[in-house]
Amino acid sequence: MVNQQAEKKKADTKAQDEAKAAAAKAKAEADANKLAEEKAKYGWPAKEKSSLVGKRVARLDGLPKSTGTAKYTYDINLKNQLIAKGLGCPHAHCKIKSIDTTAAAKLPGVVFIEVLKPADPPIDPKKPDEVPPKKDWEIEWQGEILAVVAAESEAAAAEGVAAIKVEYEKLPVFVQEDNLAAAKAAGRTFPGGNKTQTEKIAGDDDDVDEFSAKELARLFKEAAHVVEGYYGVDPITHCCLEPHGSTVEWVDGKLVAHLSTQNVSGTDEGFAAGLQITSDDVTVHCDYIGGGFGSKFAPDYWAISAARISKATGRPVKFMLDRDQEFKLGGNRPSGYLKVKLGADKDGVVTVWDSEHWGSGGATPSGVSQGVVPYVFAPKNFRRVATNIKNNAAPNRAWRAPNHPQACAMTQTAYDDLAAKMGADSYDIFLKNLGTDEKPLVAGAKPSVYAGEMEVGAKLMDWKAKWHPHGKGPAKGSVVEGLGMAIHTWGGNANSSTILLKVYPDGGVETFCGTQDLGTGTRTSCAMVLGETFGLPIEAIKINIGSSKYPASGPSGGSTTIGSVCESHRRAGVDALLKIADLVAAKLGVEAATLKAVGGKIVGTGGKSVSWKEACSLIGMKPLEVMADYKSGTPSPLSNRTVGGVQMAHVAVDRETGIVRMKKFVAVQDMGLVVSPTQAESQIYGSVIMGIAYALFESRIQDPASGAVLNAEMKDYRLPRLGDIGEIVINLYEPESERSRGVIGLGEPPVISPGGAISNAVANALGVRVPVLPLTPDRVLAALAKSKKVG
Amino acid sequence: MDRTHHRPPSGFSRRDFLRGSGAVAAAGAIVSQTQAIAQEAKGTRILSGEQTLALSVNGKDVKVKAEPRTTLLEVLRYQLDLTGAKPVSGDASSGASTVMIDGKPVSASVELAVRCVGKKIETVESLAKDAVPAAFVACDAQQCGFCTPGFVVATRAFLNKNPKATEEEVRKGLNGNICRCGTYANVIHAALMVVKGGANG
Repeated sequence: MVNQQAEKKKADTKAQDEAKAAAAKAKAEADANKLAEEKAKYGWPAKEKSSLVGKRVARLDGLPKSTGTAKYTYDINLKNQLIAKGLGCPHAHCKIKSIDTTAAAKLPGVVFIEVLKPADPPIDPKKPDEVPPKKDWEIEWQGEILAVVAAESEAAAAEGVAAIKVEYEKLPVFVQEDNLAAAKAAGRTFPGGNKTQTEKIAGDDDDVDEFSAKELARLFKEAAHVVEGYYGVDPITHCCLEPHGSTVEWVDGKLVAHLSTQNVSGTDEGFAAGLQITSDDVTVHCDYIGGGFGSKFAPDYWAISAARISKATGRPVKFMLDRDQEFKLGGNRPSGYLKVKLGADKDGVVTVWDSEHWGSGGATPSGVSQGVVPYVFAPKNFRRVATNIKNNAAPNRAWRAPNHPQACAMTQTAYDDLAAKMGADSYDIFLKNLGTDEKPLVAGAKPSVYAGEMEVGAKLMDWKAKWHPHGKGPAKGSVVEGLGMAIHTWGGNANSSTILLKVYPDGGVETFCGTQDLGTGTRTSCAMVLGETFGLPIEAIKINIGSSKYPASGPSGGSTTIGSVCESHRRAGVDALLKIADLVAAKLGVEAATLKAVGGKIVGTGGKSVSWKEACSLIGMKPLEVMADYKSGTPSPLSNRTVGGVQMAHVAVDRETGIVRMKKFVAVQDMGLVVSPTQAESQIYGSVIMGIAYALFESRIQDPASGAVLNAEMKDYRLPRLGDIGEIVINLYEPESERSRGVIGLGEPPVISPGGAISNAVANALGVRVPVLPLTPDRVLAALAKSKKVG
Repeated sequence: MDRTHHRPPSGFSRRDFLRGSGAVAAAGAIVSQTQAIAQEAKGTRILSGEQTLALSVNGKDVKVKAEPRTTLLEVLRYQLDLTGAKPVSGDASSGASTVMIDGKPVSASVELAVRCVGKKIETVESLAKDAVPAAFVACDAQQCGFCTPGFVVATRAFLNKNPKATEEEVRKGLNGNICRCGTYANVIHAALMVVKGGANG
């Protein structure tokens, strides 16, 4: 009986599994059919048939930007507005004993003061037992805004801030994020996750940890080459040139907020939540944003404060962070430091990786994710352990390609040190460690994509001719040169996006979409897509973006915007064109399916055509309105995900001064289908230069004793200038195999590799690894001195 | 360096400056400028409180209200709605607020409005039809664009002085401006396009 039951159960399970498999197969077939249908209807034209997509155009908002008429949030001045400034906390860890605004309030020009951080802890007399959350009264980083002064002018607001009297109780500070032992001793460490994987699987009776440890030990013993190394990347800030901030006013009881934001369609909710109103009572505007890089997704508490002050005073309020506060509060990227031992076979293929890394993302413990270590390279046996350190610095914010640049610079440096140890060409070692498309040794893009890009990059760099083994190049006086490379990957799939498209009977075309243009060329790309679809020049398309009252579109983060707006704009354009084609077909007496929109005309077979204007006159009295709504994650023939990129650096290092100079940098980048090559190149130039910045120049420096940020001014926070960049060569890698996948985001990928590539080039020049970015002259000299001592 | 362009129409002593502006925690850069003025001063004139100043901005005579401590940038942005010059740093290290005063590039964020009386002030808005912004558009020498007006004015001033600048000279001559988006490569292309007479140059 029991057996029968078991048999029946087994049979049922089998039937269920079969049914599931059949359903899955049917769904896959249906999905494939749908995708094919969508491709026939919406798909991109072939490269040689494109009129605009993939062609070079000047960006639509280029002239307003370069003649100063483009209005950024900072430039919005409303009648009768107050200027607000914040009092930043001078201490990195403290409690407020008292805060006295009496003198400040009496100053001429000071209109309103809001205290944000009261003396501690602010117990509600009605609930004496409830201590409010620590974050409401304990300050854990320098610069946190304690009070806001709204005044008639910037100067009056600054005077008001200076006149606020505060008594502090200082608390112990910890900022030594590169020092794991010190962090442990200070009780500042938190587990950041770990993973161990071995090709051989532990038996049922084995202790997994013990088995893995033995297995790793065996692999190291069998390895032909073993490398041990230490690498790191210091914390950096976003340093947006337009600081975080807003100009806000209340109109008929509703909030109108001009906000410097990457998230036009999402920040209305942030304001509403902060002000206990509903989102319909909030409008967020942002026509132009002066830099975001991942740090401007929310209104932030200072914009909420501005809105409260505006309501209380009945006057518009402008509150932009000052430069010092922008450095301290406006976003930073976690640091990362890694110790590794790796083993490779005789050919230099890495067989085993064992690393521990740590770092800090500020007062909210976080750091570089263990999931991207080692980076891109995915050896079959590895152990990785991450530790997060709680530091007295503001919590980090997403910085272009979160985790990836640090992981790349901490791990592909070790692969390069393997090449150095073997006396091998780094190019060959990187190539061997890609594996094949059938048996990949890398994550992200296919090995053949990286390999193809390496080939292109090597030609552009003239790698083979320039290569010399590490530290063995000729010296010109005290100057030595070197080459280095790194590879990267990123997802970059399309975000959700909705648009309203209007085609007017007189031929006018207008769109409304709650997206934003970070300077990436979103406006221009939207116009190119519709211009392509309608056979019109980009100037004929009026693109309206930057308002939360337009149909919602996703935030611009994670390289998701270009895919999202291409989805919504292409779909709406094709849907509108099909409706217009029906009208034209009836007029011309041809099949609608044969009509094409080219060169300002709707053209049919046999030379029959009407101008775009004539075609639109058939619409009737009211404009044709089409909505399109793309949901992120929906498979589509228009957009895709996952790109690969390869970068190579050529540097000159002066062994006497420690100064590293960029000679040449090559960036080869896959992004699927390239919509606007000119703006794509600009974005890659920018990524490379931002990469040169964190590789050679910038880092946030904190005083170990007080936690004070020592370089929170533009003159002290070193960034590369125009003379520091050398020659930069870009290749938009777009073979049909990648183009046919559709559009994929570009904002993150090219900023990932510069740190690794430049560090490797410096190591190749010197024959010595300078372990931690940025590779400043003092660090170069210290590494050289250390190697002499050891050697 | 032709120092006469930095000389005010009349002198102010540092003490008078501070007295005139009330108990202001003046920025270091401003104080040092005032010291420089004091050193150059031959006579002393005391200014205090809000003044009405007559300025020449983009070829127009305008009247603005300024205290001795008021910067040219504040006047341009808050009174004249000329917001092309941008506030990025208070120490002239970013070049984002660059304007031309008597043809020379100056950071408006560290120039006092009272020192600009009798001088010719030109902002980026006066370059609407100039070849430099046209070349910036043609070469896509901008991303977020916040630094762009400062770069455009700096480029114009640099090319006025070096109309036949080579690439090497451009790379050395435009180091006063910072771009966080990293648009320098195309700024170089744009400057060279103007030198070659492109973009209406």
